[in-house]
Amino acid sequence: MTRISDAALERLRDVAEWPELTGNRYEIVGALGQGGMGTVFLARDRELEREVALKVLRAVASTPEMALRLRREARILARLEHPGIVPVHDVGRLPDGRVYYVMKLVRGVRLDQYARAAVLTDLLRLFLRICETIGFAHAQGVVHRDLKPGNIMVGAFGEVLVMDWGIAKVAEEAGRRSGGRADGNAADKADRGRKAGEQGHPLGDTAPGTVLGTPGFMSPEQERGDVEQIDARSDVYSLGAVLRLLVTGSEGHLARLPAPLRPLRAIWRKAMAPIPGDRYPSAQALAEDVARYLDAQPVGAYEEPLLEKGRRIIAKYQTPILLVLAYLAMRILFLVTRGM
Amino acid sequence: MNHDSAFTDQPRGFPLTRHSVLIELRSDDREKRERAWESLAAAYWRPVYCHVRLRWHASREDAQDLTQDFFLRALGGNFFEGYEPGRARFRTFLRTCLDRFLSNEQRNAGREKRGGGISFLPIDVGEVEADLLANGEPASDPDQLFHREWIRSLFTLAVDALREECAATGKEVQFSVFERADLLPIEGAERPSYRDLAEEFKIPVTQVTNYLAFARREFRRLALERLASLCGSEEEYQSEARELFGITSP
Repeated sequence: MTRISDAALERLRDVAEWPELTGNRYEIVGALGQGGMGTVFLARDRELEREVALKVLRAVASTPEMALRLRREARILARLEHPGIVPVHDVGRLPDGRVYYVMKLVRGVRLDQYARAAVLTDLLRLFLRICETIGFAHAQGVVHRDLKPGNIMVGAFGEVLVMDWGIAKVAEEAGRRSGGRADGNAADKADRGRKAGEQGHPLGDTAPGTVLGTPGFMSPEQERGDVEQIDARSDVYSLGAVLRLLVTGSEGHLARLPAPLRPLRAIWRKAMAPIPGDRYPSAQALAEDVARYLDAQPVGAYEEPLLEKGRRIIAKYQTPILLVLAYLAMRILFLVTRGM
Repeated sequence: MNHDSAFTDQPRGFPLTRHSVLIELRSDDREKRERAWESLAAAYWRPVYCHVRLRWHASREDAQDLTQDFFLRALGGNFFEGYEPGRARFRTFLRTCLDRFLSNEQRNAGREKRGGGISFLPIDVGEVEADLLANGEPASDPDQLFHREWIRSLFTLAVDALREECAATGKEVQFSVFERADLLPIEGAERPSYRDLAEEFKIPVTQVTNYLAFARREFRRLALERLASLCGSEEEYQSEARELFGITSP
């Protein structure tokens, strides 16, 4: 009788789910993570002798509709060629029928983990790059719909990668508007969202009433399942929630916020306005306001009290003000000593 | 390439038409009932023994006797008649029966030996004891411990069946590659890469991939087959199968 150790037991449970890669160039090294739809494996590309990430439909979720979704995700990623979006190398089908795609292996930490040890100005600069990436996607007619710190990776050199485009909404070419609005929904075919998939609903168009996204980060229109209302401003809402998390370290509201951070609070509040029309019209507009804050300029979302304005100006021009004051003090001292 | 649907884990229908231990346990045909009992005992004696030993703090000898008695009682009586597939998983039900049985035994201040000291089950207690010693502190949750040992039993049966199958069809190398890659305990050491295995078995790397894919697929099929025969309903089977082969995030 075979003797199975604890380590072998775990190994068997894992490998039984591993994709069968006979006849192709990849070799599974281990599992990296698992979502509702797919599992991501660390794999080795034998041809190019490099490590890659291989995402494959979970065996239990392997239905034709989910296969379509995974292919669609790969195509969206392939369409979005940007340094902030992980590039796709290959798409294929396993001998058992499951669809997989291969992408660049991202080494880094999740944004929420990274944020714990980072200073605010660094985080805000990082946030600008996230907005830039999302702005690029919107310009290509793609709305992410599930932006949250868990879906944003920070690499070893501070590079930002927005991950998990599994429930992204793609606008019709004709539906694209200037300013990054992506409010068409014709390419939403074969998509019903991760949560619906987990609940075992059949896939198809994103039907009205279908909830897509993550609580705490999804917009009210997403929470309502108001599919027609979802556009680039829904991502702006999520970006606001991410900004709030980066500034406060929590998903909730803080009762008291230090005065210098109040403009940031105004920014995320505007981004997270319940009515889409009250939000920033684009990720770029949101980023511009955050950039103004970083430059100690007045931000559009915040009506600054006079005292705070004075403080901000003093803080911004601290060095020249000190130099002028020092010059004046010396001048006075000189005049006084000469008069004596 | 022919792939068993079990490997893909497509929610496969519950094989009611196939050998089902739980149905056959209630059969009027004594032969069928005994065969079902043997399958049940083969899959469950180890978790039962560990449960008796660790949770009821029985000595090695007492645990062995109580395990035998429990299965003998199951064979002779209407132990599992109260089982309703829709209400609970069979393994949960079995553990409840076991606890009730042990409680009665304790209350009666001693076991009534039904086998006259004869061992009916092929229990290799020495091996289990060595494992218990090697694995250190047991899981604090009795359910967890029982579940783990049950999975170990199921996997052991599947691996043994795979070994026999490979030997019968001249696929010993396939099994050896699988054994080397997935079964042998590697404490603190890295598992061999496909290249290492290729060198060790003097076969091309692509062959290693093929052999491992074959063995893992067959192992999975055999494990699911055994699992299916031990479940009371399709829902239970599907839920157990998902749990059995679920992946934990690193």
